[in-house]
Amino acid sequence: MTRGRRRALQALVLCLAALSVPAGCERGQATPAPHEDGLVVFAAASLRDAFTAIGADFERAHPGVTVTFQFAGTQELRTQLEHGAAADVFASADQRHMDELVAASRASEPVVFARNEPVLVVALEAAGRIHGLADLPSAARLVVGSPEVPIGRYTQQILERAAARFGADYRARVEARIVSRELNVRQVLAKVSLGEAEAGFVYRSDVRAAEDRVSLVTIPAELDVVAEYPIAVVTGAAHPVLARAWVDLVLSADGARALERAGFLGPAGRGSEP
Amino acid sequence: MSGLRLRAERGVLSAVGGVLVAFLGLPLLSLFLGLGAEDFGIGLRHPLVWPALRLSLLTTSASLVVVVLLGTPLAWSLARAKGRLARAVETAVQLPIVVPPAVAGVALLLAFGRRGLGAGWLYPEGTSFSFTTAAVVMAEVFVSAPFFVQAATSAFRRIDGSLLVVARSFGASPLRVLLRIALPLAAPGLVAGAAMSWARSLGEFGATLMFAGNLEGRTQTLPLAIYTALESDMRAARALSIVLVVVAFALLLFVRGVLGRSTEPGARS
Repeated sequence: MTRGRRRALQALVLCLAALSVPAGCERGQATPAPHEDGLVVFAAASLRDAFTAIGADFERAHPGVTVTFQFAGTQELRTQLEHGAAADVFASADQRHMDELVAASRASEPVVFARNEPVLVVALEAAGRIHGLADLPSAARLVVGSPEVPIGRYTQQILERAAARFGADYRARVEARIVSRELNVRQVLAKVSLGEAEAGFVYRSDVRAAEDRVSLVTIPAELDVVAEYPIAVVTGAAHPVLARAWVDLVLSADGARALERAGFLGPAGRGSEP
Repeated sequence: MSGLRLRAERGVLSAVGGVLVAFLGLPLLSLFLGLGAEDFGIGLRHPLVWPALRLSLLTTSASLVVVVLLGTPLAWSLARAKGRLARAVETAVQLPIVVPPAVAGVALLLAFGRRGLGAGWLYPEGTSFSFTTAAVVMAEVFVSAPFFVQAATSAFRRIDGSLLVVARSFGASPLRVLLRIALPLAAPGLVAGAAMSWARSLGEFGATLMFAGNLEGRTQTLPLAIYTALESDMRAARALSIVLVVVAFALLLFVRGVLGRSTEPGARS
């Protein structure tokens, strides 16, 4: 019980991190500088750890330059960019949102710089019973992403693929166990790590934040769907030169190492080792 | 001359107040402007709309009943008590107003969750209120009760104490004094407080999302449905927001107008 409470308190920190995502929209509208002494990076919430590390490298390599981040849900960032938010670089957790921004001429020449693999996280109490996708229909409570957000879409695709292996009614039996459809992946993780839900789908990169409070189950590669993360310079960026330099750093071997430490896979075709 | 000056001063004051009205009104108005009737219709037919509206009305009614039933005796005691403890309690029950709602949700999980403080004595170990409609009501009560308690406490304080003393001296029991004298006298303040409290729980988002989750028909209230729709379909989100604003406006007008008027001191005599 005391152990449970300590874990609950640790999870509180995680929850607060999840909460900072919707609150993020209040920050971030930077004023363009006359010369390039700052860089504004809009990045998907899941990139927080990796990009913060890369940002420290970037500021060391460019003395006098300050990198300002806005981490939020990809959809939220896209809406802000569509409404003219002043950003130089956009890193998306989802191809679709990037494609729509390119179609609207708000970004150009996106490049995939990382991939992120959905995994199953299981609450410690249930770790003895839930060893993989086959055990999900017998779980007491599942929490997944809402189908409107990327992790929710991937979860649906994974369940569809799994249905081919575990039987046609598999998806319906799993969905009967769903008690909440969360609006961002950190909230899925928070509820599993608090023990409120027995299992949920999150990205591998998210688990780093809760390694000692959940158990991780890898999804077999043939059933998994991998998220591709594209990055692009924003059209009309106030700091186009630094923006280009940032994209190059993210694509470099140093950038790849930081991303890998945070749990990301390398872009397809290059493997996880650059 | 002085009449002119009076009017000029009034004009300046209204103009200054008008700035705030414009600031508050413009964003609300912009929800309506530029959204065609057709888009609004499409938005309204979004499958999230009706279950969310029904659930919101159900849960906010339930939370209002809880808040009024428990909040009235509390406010009465706070208004009558003079000790330092009473002041401390009065301040403490106002705190949920300043706690960010999502943090309130986390706090509810830590108190009433599966591993929460209440596990094992308030409810059996291994169970929890989380992800139930009851959790939605709990979140709403948590964030909205302070508004009612605050309004009700000041309403009770405004009652002329000598009336209560007279009633007591004629042999009325404390409960009878509360029900027959204090409640009717404080009614306008109580109704206004109840309306504020109800409006707060109708708009409640963060604590519900954290503590109750987001499942259609069970825990997905109107604000959660709006946020969910925002991820995919701005039209539906705007249509839902309009429904929320219109429903809230209509109900607040009803509560303030009909109930408020009938309980004004002048209307009773």
